[in-house]
Amino acid sequence: MTTYEPVIGLEIHAELQTKSKMFCGCSAAYSEAPAANTLICPVCTALPGAMPVVNQKAVEQAILVGLALNCTINPMNQFARKNYFYPDLPKGYQISQYDLPVASNGWLNILAGTDPQRIRVRRAHLEEDTAKLFHHDRHTLVDYNRAGVPLLEIVSEPDMHTVEAALDYATRIRAILRYLGVNSGDMEKGVLRFEANVSVRPTGSSELLTRTEIKNLNSFRALTRATAFEIQRQTQIYQSGAEVVQETLGWNDLKEMTISQRSKEEAHDYRYFPEPDLPPLEINRAWVEQIKSELPELPEMREQRLIMQFGLTVNEARLLTSDKALADYYEKTVSLSKSPVKTISNWITGEFLRYVNDMGLDLEHLPFPPEHLAQLVDLVTAKAINDNTAKEVLAGMFKTGQSPETIVKANNLGQISDQDALELVVAQVLNDNPKEVASYLAGKQTVFQWMMGQVARLTRGKADPQVARKLLLQALEKARISK
Amino acid sequence: MQPHTLSIREAHELLTTKQISSVELTTAVLDHIHKTDPLINAFVTIADELALEQARLADQRLRQSEDITPLTGIPFAVKDCISTRGLRTTCSSKILENYIPPYNATVIDRLSTAGAVLIGKQNMDEFGMGSSCENSAFFDTHNPWDLERVPGGSSGGSAAAVAANMGLFALGEDTGGSIRMPAGFCNVTGLKTTYGRVSRYGLIALVSSFDSIGPMARSAYDCAAVLQSIAGQDLKDATSLPDPIPDYLKMLDKPVKGLRLGIPKEYFQAGMEAGVESSIREAIQKFEELGMEIREVSLPHTTYGLPVYYLVLFAEASANLARFDGTRFGLSVAEGAENVIDQYLQTRREGFGPEVKRRIMLGAYVLSAGYYDAYYLKAQKVRTLLRQDFEAAFEQCDALVAPTCPTTAFKLGEKTDDPLTMYLSDIYVVATNPAGVPSLCVPCGFSNNMPVGMQLIGKHLSEDVLLQIGHAYQSATDWHLKRPAVSK
Repeated sequence: MTTYEPVIGLEIHAELQTKSKMFCGCSAAYSEAPAANTLICPVCTALPGAMPVVNQKAVEQAILVGLALNCTINPMNQFARKNYFYPDLPKGYQISQYDLPVASNGWLNILAGTDPQRIRVRRAHLEEDTAKLFHHDRHTLVDYNRAGVPLLEIVSEPDMHTVEAALDYATRIRAILRYLGVNSGDMEKGVLRFEANVSVRPTGSSELLTRTEIKNLNSFRALTRATAFEIQRQTQIYQSGAEVVQETLGWNDLKEMTISQRSKEEAHDYRYFPEPDLPPLEINRAWVEQIKSELPELPEMREQRLIMQFGLTVNEARLLTSDKALADYYEKTVSLSKSPVKTISNWITGEFLRYVNDMGLDLEHLPFPPEHLAQLVDLVTAKAINDNTAKEVLAGMFKTGQSPETIVKANNLGQISDQDALELVVAQVLNDNPKEVASYLAGKQTVFQWMMGQVARLTRGKADPQVARKLLLQALEKARISK
Repeated sequence: MQPHTLSIREAHELLTTKQISSVELTTAVLDHIHKTDPLINAFVTIADELALEQARLADQRLRQSEDITPLTGIPFAVKDCISTRGLRTTCSSKILENYIPPYNATVIDRLSTAGAVLIGKQNMDEFGMGSSCENSAFFDTHNPWDLERVPGGSSGGSAAAVAANMGLFALGEDTGGSIRMPAGFCNVTGLKTTYGRVSRYGLIALVSSFDSIGPMARSAYDCAAVLQSIAGQDLKDATSLPDPIPDYLKMLDKPVKGLRLGIPKEYFQAGMEAGVESSIREAIQKFEELGMEIREVSLPHTTYGLPVYYLVLFAEASANLARFDGTRFGLSVAEGAENVIDQYLQTRREGFGPEVKRRIMLGAYVLSAGYYDAYYLKAQKVRTLLRQDFEAAFEQCDALVAPTCPTTAFKLGEKTDDPLTMYLSDIYVVATNPAGVPSLCVPCGFSNNMPVGMQLIGKHLSEDVLLQIGHAYQSATDWHLKRPAVSK
């Protein structure tokens, strides 16, 4: 039977984090609006006579993303009207960009499984978000607070051939947007949304067969599940001898299947034409250069640097740079700590991230600063506490936000490595258990572990095991001689 | 003295010398409107209370002799496509019959700042689509010179009102002759401004790339006074121009001697009413007497003006009118609707008149996949040729002179069954809008007792030159002073 390989292209809609909307002065912070329809004006509700004005900050952010994705920034931009009727679209057209977008012809390096691959980015263009609809039994309510919020649509070429590659591409785009500070990446709030174009073809072939477009993918999970489902569906259709039909699909999260929304015949004719209310937008070289000089270090570069600088493994470096806040936190901790980088990396990629994920914490608003984590790791390195105690202390830090030293002191958790103190404890163990001492001296080695346990019991686990072992051996030797 | 017959210039003199108050002047105008408008039907809304309130404020300014402009205390009205806060703005369409805007168009704010007194809103062809005012969803406006004739369109209510002394000036809006054509039919001076000279913010768009707001008044002088207040960049209109604003009133008295006036030969073709042509020829002679150089020029692509104009109009208008969906404002016909599409269809079916529907359908057609290149794109290319025609002509002259319409005002009902003939009445005025250039309509005589208008067309931002020529002509003639009987 013929095997098939998937061909996947992604469209990513990212809301830009500007103060005001794309074409008017209303606040774009709709998720913080006090009530429905409070962040609106004649422009974003499309009252007769109202006119759009381009938000320069949004253009700057779009240029920033274009540069980060290695795109050409087009010196002449044109907005266009995309015409269709829907209640979430107040003007009856969306102002978007058509033949002259902000950015085009870029690329992004990803890992398809373990293989590096370059995905071409076709274009990135500016447009405006729609209003939100709230459907009820017999009516629908419209909230225009979101209407007109700037959106950047990033369109890839159909260069991805596995679900994993698509996921890696999407994940990296999200990371880049967060690095650039233009999008929070908060999928639950809908600030980032995916559409996948999927087709399959006989493995090894280079032709492009009929594709379907899956809309409304609002999480990475939906993206991967929907794409995988669609690949399988199309493969089965070809293997049964039938043909795939070009159509627009929706993803049903509950039923976990794609559902037909529109066939090719019903496809919208958007009747694009240049937006006459906005003159062509010129983006001159100087402006682009200025923005380029503000480009921060991006995940891919940072990954390479961390590998070089700290000797991290590829996986560690990828994990640590997947989020700007995490990478910042990591580097800050390293710079503040006297411990080996390896120890710090282990703590952050292990126990630390486990708490962050379990507690669903926002990396930008952690309960304690990198200074505290550095302190904790240093306490372990200095053997002031042991690993198990350190884990307890870390739990306390996440819970209370207190410094590790405070927690250690308050709970009397410090490791006892003081010779005199431990000598007393060891002497007490020997004193209290003459039978066991005799049995040890008679050659029963296993009693030694039991006596170590007694030391731990008396010190409530804080005894430095190496010191305790040494002192116990010495005391037993002394007992043998004096016998 | 009959205050309602005053020009802006005369009224300003009386107001500033305290011989009349704005309240007296406004009351006189309102009284005259209530007496005369039942014959004319120029007004959709008359705002007596609002007007008197503003007049009292203007009188305060005048009493304190503070912050007085040539328009302080002057009553005016506007075409009903310009948004006025708290005052119904209908575009003479059923779909906006009860729409009250929550905001002012920038021009209204500017006139309010200048102290002008808004007295009402004027009838028009629905959404500006028409040349006779007969496409108003409410009623026909009558030409004050002959009540059986149309006032022209689409700013027909504004032209008829100014001609009948119902308001000292009006703001009209010109998409393809909508100020000049009715100004010519009603013996009014009207200025289509350069595209971008006056903010469109708050103007309910017909064709976003053509629409130009401008004054309609008793003289070029009065037009200059109004333009001074409304011109200039507006940050709310990205297409408004940042160029400095000349002192239009000061420029009026500059001598016109030596200015070169071009006569586009394509505008003097067969089919023009004899009385219209002779009036224009006489006016040209007058310009020669004033020392201007007359020369013939050519605008070779003139015949494409009408198709270019209409193709772009259909396209842009179809999109501009999409927002009228019965969801947020205006008419909403939801009864019996099964879904939102039903609601849209019902609302638009009942809310829009036949000419509007015709143009929306044509617009959707010319923009649709497979036709875009042949119609819209082609029209945009020819638009460039039209613009180049004007640019070439203005290398040889400072302004052009031409009739505004091949005929004088036609009879009500005469052309309503034949949209194509109706479209042809705009043949001389449509080309300026795709080119974006300014044009001033000046009364220049009568043919069969109906007024004849001529238009002066200038290069970009040459309103000062057009007004200067118009003023020189009006200083030497008195056609613009003639008023119909109902204006008394």
